[in-house]
Amino acid sequence: MTEQFKMDAPATDRRLDGMAQGLVGAPLDRPEGPLKVSGTATYADEYRLENLAHGMLVRAPGNSGRVRLANRDAVAAMPGVLAVIHDPRLLRNPAQGTANKAPVQDANEAHYLGQPVALVVAESFEHARHAAHALKIELEGGTPRPVDPETAAIEPQSSKGLDQGDLDRAMTEAVHAVDVTYRTPSHSSAPMEPHASIAQWDGENLTLRGSYQMLKYNRNELADALGIHPDRVRILAPYVGGGFGSKLGLAPEAVAAAIAAKETGRPVSVALTRPQVFETTMRRSETRQRIRLAADAEGRLAGIGQAALVSNLPGEVFAEPVLQATHFLYAGENRRLSLDLARVHRLCAGSVRAPGEAVGITVLECAMDELAEAAGIDPVELRRRNIPEKDPESGKEFSSRRFREALDSGAEAFGWSDRPATRSRREGEWWIGYGMASAARVNVLMESRARVTLAPDGSAKVETDMTDIGTGTYAILGQIAGEMLGLPRDRVEVVLGDTDLPPASGSGGSWGAASSGTSVYVACQAIRAQLAERLGVAETELTLKDGQAVFDNRTETLAEILKGDEIAKEGHVLPGDTSKAVRQATFGAYFVEVAVNGVTGETRVRRMHGSFAAGRILNAKTARSQCLGGMIFGIGMALTEELAFDDRDGHVANHNLAEYHIPVNADVPQITVELLEERDDWASPLQAKGIGELGICGAAGAIVNAIHNATGVRVRDFPATLDKVIAGL
Amino acid sequence: MTGPVATTITTTINGAEHRIDRADGRMLLDVLRDDLGLTGAKYGCGMAQCGACTVLVDGRPARACVLRTGRVAGRNITTLEGLAEPDGRLHPVQQAFLECEGAQCGYCLNGMVMTTLALLADTPAPTEAEIRDALRHNLCRCGTHTEIIASARRAAELMGDRNA
Repeated sequence: MTEQFKMDAPATDRRLDGMAQGLVGAPLDRPEGPLKVSGTATYADEYRLENLAHGMLVRAPGNSGRVRLANRDAVAAMPGVLAVIHDPRLLRNPAQGTANKAPVQDANEAHYLGQPVALVVAESFEHARHAAHALKIELEGGTPRPVDPETAAIEPQSSKGLDQGDLDRAMTEAVHAVDVTYRTPSHSSAPMEPHASIAQWDGENLTLRGSYQMLKYNRNELADALGIHPDRVRILAPYVGGGFGSKLGLAPEAVAAAIAAKETGRPVSVALTRPQVFETTMRRSETRQRIRLAADAEGRLAGIGQAALVSNLPGEVFAEPVLQATHFLYAGENRRLSLDLARVHRLCAGSVRAPGEAVGITVLECAMDELAEAAGIDPVELRRRNIPEKDPESGKEFSSRRFREALDSGAEAFGWSDRPATRSRREGEWWIGYGMASAARVNVLMESRARVTLAPDGSAKVETDMTDIGTGTYAILGQIAGEMLGLPRDRVEVVLGDTDLPPASGSGGSWGAASSGTSVYVACQAIRAQLAERLGVAETELTLKDGQAVFDNRTETLAEILKGDEIAKEGHVLPGDTSKAVRQATFGAYFVEVAVNGVTGETRVRRMHGSFAAGRILNAKTARSQCLGGMIFGIGMALTEELAFDDRDGHVANHNLAEYHIPVNADVPQITVELLEERDDWASPLQAKGIGELGICGAAGAIVNAIHNATGVRVRDFPATLDKVIAGL
Repeated sequence: MTGPVATTITTTINGAEHRIDRADGRMLLDVLRDDLGLTGAKYGCGMAQCGACTVLVDGRPARACVLRTGRVAGRNITTLEGLAEPDGRLHPVQQAFLECEGAQCGYCLNGMVMTTLALLADTPAPTEAEIRDALRHNLCRCGTHTEIIASARRAAELMGDRNA
């Protein structure tokens, strides 16, 4: 029995506030923690199935030309080799998030250096690797292809842009104007678990154990790629070692494993090496962003311009949505926002943690810092003065927005009032500076389903194909069910990551918690209604706590009410009118102290604080971890992370973790997070919004602004490595 | 690489003696995971850059992804699976990482736990700087660093309690 709920009106009843179990919001441990600390949580490539064979992908050595396997027969004859697969169904690149169909499939032509064009399958991993190294790929008839976005062909993305009022005139008339161009490089999600799939056929039915974020879509993508019906595909992903966007869409290794397993008649594991993760998964597009800000004497914005250039492979529709939150973060009636997409033959560009805002708001916030300096206004005050009453483009109300409170509370918690004048505080060799930035990220509710079963003994089970990629899904879905059904946390089992279960929203776009959480909530509401019916009371009169129902001054245990029956309900949430009626977003503010070495130009982040408002917090512990994680991504973005591309053929030159520098324990300082109390009735019946990406949406800007405060050096080319800082010292 | 060589060694893993065939041309990580089903140690980079594969060899942390199995003949290897008590009770270091939310996705956790264990064996009451120094070559991408440092501090406390 499915209970459907469409989010057409604000959920002002705030039912969770009236529940008695006290689980939602509590900082509970993740229930799968014991498995993770003991090494018994099973990630994709940890099923040692009987007769398992191993596959190793082989890449195109260039970005153009027809693919020829020069020594295929010789490799096929090598010890242990079972098959050399060169199949037109191989994926050129991963599917974009929510694509729901296969991406470009082409193993016969090279499009970028690193593209998987063949798979060697062997008895052991070592045999497969050895033979894959021996396989010689030749490219015939290739021609030079554009790899530099600055000189490649451009496709304007006019549907993403806006031209409102007269920005040129506003710039001319402005008392304080900023017109600056920033650059951000490509980034890699670089999850610690490389992509891996194990494919196993049972007749015409395929089971794939994979490392994926959105199984409902991945199943359709895999079926489409193979040309089979989705009913024949089952994907299992109970534990995923991080994703950050790179595992949203089905990736080449899954299709290769499926083809190989069919051809060899054995289960086949295909796990990417770390260099392959860098070369063949997804990159965040580099950006060039020209920001124009026109302000009056008090710093009030009359105009905002953001003109961005991003890139992707030919045939890919994804264009890094740089402008996404600039549309609504600040006031200013004259607005010109534009996005251009350059077609280049580098690896595919797609979602990396907070596509759009991670780079778009970061750069806007650097420009705002430049305006604050030009106008002689405190950066926090400048933001406060430019908070629009309503969405400055559509005129819609905000669903909830504790942006001003985040700015004020964050400044207070950090001690912002002690901010030094530019280049004025020195401790030995080190220049000390403070910087801040706003945070903003759009909020989305997605279709999602879950089944909740209340067993005769009064325990509950939540089942959905939702994933937990480290975000805390196991924890929060159990908390929501426990809260609604009045059960202690350990009386609720949560089963995830299996496409045989009701299809969920998947983990991505920060929408997983609110969307899948709502599906659980809806199912539990239906169970509550049935319990109330059995007792002959109104559902709203029923208090459920610790496995007991309290009503009309009576108490009965759930087992007594159920009388040996179980109640199973499927909750099904659909987005509705509230997604259009109001502007929904999450907000916050970052504050950072840096020390910049006056001799070497090296920047150390000394401390960092973030205040965030994202609706109801479902688990204070996992939500805090998400915010910390985003801010730490921001440290990498500000100081070290950059995919370097070869000028000649566009290949990734730093395809390993010693050359692509993610933040490490020595880089990460004391970080504090404040989660502001908020309820968003328009976002979901949980009053919760997304929080998985908010922590990175501007964080790097706060760091670079702090470098300016410390040294007077403005770095407009991310990351702010020491060579760029020292040039201005 | 010349392919697997038929060399047989014996080594002690989590207290039990193992005979490993085809040892020489293979990395210890692949032997642990593929042959012995010990998947606590993870493949993260294959180049000793991330630490996800860390095991203890005679008590010292080692990167199993680049450690040729032939070199551990006669050694004493401890993996994550060897830490808990036989009845399933977690080792204090594991308990600490559980309590302090040291795991998000959990994939780097093996390396964090094993490296912390090695640190505490040498330095039972480390300063925060010593913890950061010990863990500086163990990568985490979820951004769990704050919780991981807290977990290591808590681990020192719990180990102290156990040894008191």
